[in-house]
Amino acid sequence: MVAAVSISHIYKHYGNLHALKGVDFEIPKGSFFGLLGPNGAGKSTLINIMAGLVRATQGTVRILDHDVRLQWRQARHALGIVPQELAIDPFFTVHEVLRLQSGYFGLGRENTPWIDELLHVLNLSDKANTNLQKLSGGMKRRVLIALALVHKPPIVVLDEPTAGVDVELRQVLWEFANDLHQKGHTIVLTTHYIEEAERLCEKIAILNEGQLVALDNTSVLLARYPYRLLRLSLTCHDVILPTGLQDKVQSFLKNELVLRLHKEKDQIGEILESLRGANIQFSDLHTEEPGLEDVFLSLTSREKGKK
Amino acid sequence: MNWYGLYTLFGKEVWRFMKVASQTILTPIITVLLYLLVFVSVLEEHVTVYENISYTAFLISGLIMMSIIQNAFANTSSSFFQSKMMGSLIFLLLPPLSTFEFYLAFIGAAVVRGLVVGLGVWIATLWFIVLPIYNLWILLCFAILGSAILGTLGLIASIWADKWDQISGFQNFIILPLTFLSGVFYRIDTLPEFWQKISYYNPFFYMIDGFRYGFFGISEMNVAISLAIVCLFFTAVSAFCLWILHIGYKIRY
Repeated sequence: MVAAVSISHIYKHYGNLHALKGVDFEIPKGSFFGLLGPNGAGKSTLINIMAGLVRATQGTVRILDHDVRLQWRQARHALGIVPQELAIDPFFTVHEVLRLQSGYFGLGRENTPWIDELLHVLNLSDKANTNLQKLSGGMKRRVLIALALVHKPPIVVLDEPTAGVDVELRQVLWEFANDLHQKGHTIVLTTHYIEEAERLCEKIAILNEGQLVALDNTSVLLARYPYRLLRLSLTCHDVILPTGLQDKVQSFLKNELVLRLHKEKDQIGEILESLRGANIQFSDLHTEEPGLEDVFLSLTSREKGKK
Repeated sequence: MNWYGLYTLFGKEVWRFMKVASQTILTPIITVLLYLLVFVSVLEEHVTVYENISYTAFLISGLIMMSIIQNAFANTSSSFFQSKMMGSLIFLLLPPLSTFEFYLAFIGAAVVRGLVVGLGVWIATLWFIVLPIYNLWILLCFAILGSAILGTLGLIASIWADKWDQISGFQNFIILPLTFLSGVFYRIDTLPEFWQKISYYNPFFYMIDGFRYGFFGISEMNVAISLAIVCLFFTAVSAFCLWILHIGYKIRY
């Protein structure tokens, strides 16, 4: 089956800065795909290469098998990008910009019902004749989503769509993204809210310093992480931990001690025994399975550690 | 060819300047009327340019062309640069519009703005004098070519510029001197020899002179030579503009 996005050996150099260093992976058709990485990892550069806004120094990107450099018309038709920045044209109303954007893609009046549907689904109907300048940040974000979808692209890229968005709108956006996914769209998501990616994405790629450091199904990535957390509520915080536990401390704030334990090497019974031996009392304890954030931090810090 | 996309972008650019018509059409017309009041009242009795052609008629024809080309420049430079600064340019770069379609839409709108302002100035100056029309096609030909050239220069300036200062620098240090030294207000052959020679290297002179020929049937330079030079200049600036658009200079990194 043709991949939604195929990224082959992509390098991008800005002078001496190597933003992408041979990135190579595929985004399956119909998937909800997360692209994660710390700031400066190369996520936006990669998305911009997909969109034709940035030209790769080397390598190819294909959108539904269309090369973004050679078959750029087909590739751009297949892609809808929701950019990070709240960029707007101050001259026009919401309905006018949607009509114009639809026209740039060669779609005329026949696309009006879809524009009206987008306005309705994104709760923008009552703002259709409002100038973009007069909209709140959340409303502008909805307009950006409508602009990305106006030509009905099979692949939708959401670049940090919930940055600076309130909780309510975030929920609306995710429900909308889920609906699109259910309807068969491929969704590519970059976000700083790792828990969102964990909840929504079936497959995740993690970029760090311009390189791909992980690519797998979310559940597999989580299973690959060899640690779990043991959270203890101590009765007294003025304690001296046994030497063998000190390197396992993830955090120790007030009376709450969090230990990071290896799933196979560390036995909880032995840990509790060691605490009792040091006369450390606790009133409560529970274990936590790792989240994607832990996997993310582990992978991105490991790469730093290699340097 | 994405004809509908091209048509939409062209329409959007025209729509944009029509939405702020008081600033984009009315203001330049009033500026020209002020020029006329000052220059005509001071110089009408003292300057003779051609026999049987008053200085007012000579000046108005030059001012019409000056308004056409300056507004064509302003249209592309302000629209494109504003989109670039506000980040909304991305919505023109994501759709399947080719370099050529993009260029045609912007330049087409610049030509329309130039012609609308030129027509407005012509109508406003009817109160001063009714200009004869010797050859409408030559008039239109130079008006369209002139506005296309300045629209292209506006696009080049806005692609190159990173700050509003640079756009106004381009306008104040390149476009304005070339316009004022092109014979809008005087005949080139009345200048000292050195400045005459310099003026013949100014492509704007050929636009103004050829345009004036369309009104009076008289020009300083043979109109065919002016047309050839203007066409050549148009080809050169268009080729350069298309090239920088094609390589994505300061647009697609």
